[in-house]
Amino acid sequence: MAMVKHDGQGQKKSRWAAGVTPYVEMGYYKADYKPKDTDIIAAFRLVPQPGMDPVEAAAAVAGESSTATWTVVWTDRLTAYEHYQGKCYRVDQVPGSDQYIAYIAYDLDLFEEGSIANMSSSIIGNVFGFKALKSVRLEDLRIPPHYTKTFQGPPHGIMMEREYLNKYGRPLLGATVKPKLGLSARNYGRVVYEALRGGLDFTKDDENINSQPFMRWRDRWLFSMEAVNRAQADTGEVKGHYLNVTAATMEEMYERADFAKELGSVVVMVDLTAGFTAIQSMAKWCRRSGLLLHLHRAGHSTYTRQKSHGVNFRVISKWMRLAGVDHIHAGTVVGKLEGDVHSVQGYYKTLRCNRTEADPSIGLFFEQDWASMAAVMPVASGGIHAGQMHLLLHYLGEDCILQFGGGTIGHPDGIAAGATANRVALEAMIQARNEGRDYLHEGPEILQKAARHSPALTKALEIWKDVSFEFESTDVPDAVATPELV
Amino acid sequence: MRLTQGTFSYLPDLTEEEIRAQVEYCLRNGWAVSIEFTDDPHPRNVYWEMWGLPMFDLKDAAGVMHELAECRIARPNDYIRISGYNRQQGYQSTMLSFLAQRPKEEPGFFLDRMEAADRQIRYTTRPYAAQKPPGHRY
Repeated sequence: MAMVKHDGQGQKKSRWAAGVTPYVEMGYYKADYKPKDTDIIAAFRLVPQPGMDPVEAAAAVAGESSTATWTVVWTDRLTAYEHYQGKCYRVDQVPGSDQYIAYIAYDLDLFEEGSIANMSSSIIGNVFGFKALKSVRLEDLRIPPHYTKTFQGPPHGIMMEREYLNKYGRPLLGATVKPKLGLSARNYGRVVYEALRGGLDFTKDDENINSQPFMRWRDRWLFSMEAVNRAQADTGEVKGHYLNVTAATMEEMYERADFAKELGSVVVMVDLTAGFTAIQSMAKWCRRSGLLLHLHRAGHSTYTRQKSHGVNFRVISKWMRLAGVDHIHAGTVVGKLEGDVHSVQGYYKTLRCNRTEADPSIGLFFEQDWASMAAVMPVASGGIHAGQMHLLLHYLGEDCILQFGGGTIGHPDGIAAGATANRVALEAMIQARNEGRDYLHEGPEILQKAARHSPALTKALEIWKDVSFEFESTDVPDAVATPELV
Repeated sequence: MRLTQGTFSYLPDLTEEEIRAQVEYCLRNGWAVSIEFTDDPHPRNVYWEMWGLPMFDLKDAAGVMHELAECRIARPNDYIRISGYNRQQGYQSTMLSFLAQRPKEEPGFFLDRMEAADRQIRYTTRPYAAQKPPGHRY
């Protein structure tokens, strides 16, 4: 696409003359525009090419994400184009950088009701390859209740999930079965059984375990449900295994989900790679069928991780809450995967709160009113272990799922012992918090004391005592310096 | 077996002081505390018997401890749980729920398997104790 500055003759061409008119002059930048309560508002971080006016670049983003093309078309004049144009109303330079934050308002009429595919195609569909921009990132969206109400949202939500499982007052515990690939269905079910009977609430298929030559999906379903039912009878607790229904077609996904339902599973899972539409379809199926829906955010780091280009995970969090999942992986703060403490807290609030205020310190550009849409349980997974329980509880709170894969299965006394270690550590920390203790600072002592009656926890604390993952984050909110953990 | 329903079942059974501390946590949060008991610990038995109504107006943990003592006298060998309930919009649910008494012996659950077609199995969990009539189980 072309992007021109003024024609060099000192003469501005008329708005409607054939040829190229700057986006600013076509109405895609309106400094005096006051966004309506019903508008969707986007914040883009953009870096213009050298010599490119940042306001024109921002107007171009507004134009290409709404009505514009690269040249004037007379057919615009058949429409109430002022109504349909995206309007950039503010452009701020990020201090000390070549980056700008552009705020763009979109009228609600630009979007189809209840469709993430449509909203995402509109807002990020066409602008990310602009030659005139070195890079662009969608940082945040303000989605008004008028639009939110057109989505189903999570099939059940946090409170319903807790009542369904009869588990209150603590994070839920899970583990992903390892090795991710290669286990036969019979051996796979063994891992599920040991982890659940040892004290976990859930086990999980990994994102890339679908139906491969070494283990077909139907066999995994049968052996996993044997394991789930055995563990329920051993403990008297409701247990679940996230059966990953991700497949090549919706027809196959429905077939797998229907069989999970038939076997009495409380939960199924889908990968982000299945696509927004597949996720929305599964969300409706899960509401209808009474199963929880777990989402693995497979692939997201390809576009969420770099600060200069892509889509921030807080936007994905909002889209997935609207699309309707009950669980989503959203970062651990302390584990092996990217996610700085402030940004992660912003994601967790976005997923769990009914209303959030704008808060630059945790990366929230806008207020957001969820209009009583059910909340999503954030999942912390990847390189976490029992010795970090005080940190996990402090940073992530109570309404989340802590998933210890290696931290369960890698226990020297076996998988059940690993699960028990995590459960003992968690319950001891919740007890201490409720008693009013400064558990963040006294965490290691609290764990040591709990370990006195738990050989499993004693060994877990010993083996992983020095494991931490402290690397500088590639993405932190503009408003804060790199944070320090306790 | 050891029934592990409730928030603290992987810890040693809570002492009176520890139970009181959790009740005080509920009261500090403005949650109504309730006591329930059962002799049917099936994982999907939602409605345990209520030992009176939830104590909406109670301010002092001593009241709960008194009711707990009374409940234990009346039901010396049942499961008893204490729950904190939050009526706020967005919650309207239980926030904490833990066992405050368990039977001296817990026989556990029988997993009944009914073989069906295509290698499927229909599972049912039955508490051994629930094979006897209520009042004669523990």
